Amino acid sequence: MNYLGDVAALARKDLLLELRSRDTLPAMLLFVVSTLVVFHFALPADASDTATTGLLWVALLFTALLGLARAFVAEREERLLDGLVLAPCDRSAIWLGKGIGVLAFLGAAEVVALPAYALFFQPVGWELVVAVLLADIGLAAVGTLLAAMAAAGRARELLLPLLFLPLVIPVVVGGVGASVTDDPGRYLAFLGLYDAVFAILSWASFEYVVTE
Amino acid sequence: MIRARGLGRDFGAKRVLQGLDFDVQRGGFLVVTGPNGSGKSTLLSLCAGLLVPTTGELVVQADRGEIGYVAHEPLVYRELTALENLDLFGRLYRVPERRERAGMLLERFGLWEARRQRVSSFSRGMAQRLALCRALLHEPTMLLLDEPYSSLDADASSLVDGVLSDYAGEKTIVAATHDAGRMRAFATEALALA
Repeated sequence: MNYLGDVAALARKDLLLELRSRDTLPAMLLFVVSTLVVFHFALPADASDTATTGLLWVALLFTALLGLARAFVAEREERLLDGLVLAPCDRSAIWLGKGIGVLAFLGAAEVVALPAYALFFQPVGWELVVAVLLADIGLAAVGTLLAAMAAAGRARELLLPLLFLPLVIPVVVGGVGASVTDDPGRYLAFLGLYDAVFAILSWASFEYVVTE
Repeated sequence: MIRARGLGRDFGAKRVLQGLDFDVQRGGFLVVTGPNGSGKSTLLSLCAGLLVPTTGELVVQADRGEIGYVAHEPLVYRELTALENLDLFGRLYRVPERRERAGMLLERFGLWEARRQRVSSFSRGMAQRLALCRALLHEPTMLLLDEPYSSLDADASSLVDGVLSDYAGEKTIVAATHDAGRMRAFATEALALA
């Protein structure tokens, strides 16, 4: 129970910080809507549904990257990770708490992004909604781990996209696949498997990322 | 409690600490002095377990939950209030009755009236006092203090003197400072870094 309490306290802290500073979520919302508007005007009028679905996933991926780049700003600027790492709680709770915060921001961005996509391109089916939900878990799990790694490094602006984008290619494959095929089940299962594998790996390896 | 033999630490090609030998007994008070860049903060980070020695051996007989650490930065969230910060760290450090303990410390360090203010509105001295509250919140057995008098006015410095006076001989303390004279009354060991 202590573990879940720590996770809840850390996640609540991140949501409270965002509520007060409004540093991350407005930027994510503006970015994802702007990107969809740009795609709307950049694509030819007869662009296929497959192409627009692919571009939606690109927009979601870079929106996630934008949020992740700011995920550890408070900890990095004030060296707060040292204070958290010294606490006797399980260090993976820091990852899980932060990951829940990232997941909430992603979800909030998509609450705006999916209706905007429906407005500009085509209706949103249940397969796309489920795929986005599953993808969010994987993006938050992997992204939070990599954001912590990048926060400790010097070239963090370069490091995060260089590590993050190759690792989330399977999310794009699964997400686009689930959105455009007649049989989305196996792509959704693939996303679920990705989430499970990378969530466990990230949870288990976070301690080594935040300590020398 | 702390034993260092041939302790060294490099950052890339730069050697910050080299060949340090010292012991601090339980309840001992080590004052570390030296000019800027001599490695005082690095030594405290090593003692806290935040860094690993490059060479030599460092044995610290304290779990991480038993260490109270005051760093250069206050290690508190600027957009949380003083009370919210202490509540969060009290939870993570498993402090029983953390709200009462936080209240007692805030009162002692003259921050009770400002308890519901965000740290971003604090002066540097107030933030430093809050850092001391955070470090003492879980009643650590070992205190690592990096320039504890930094940014404090005379009254707040007297509060730190009071803390050191209360804990000297009871807790193991390692303090890095430019003002060794102020701590001479409490110190049992001294280490000068070049």
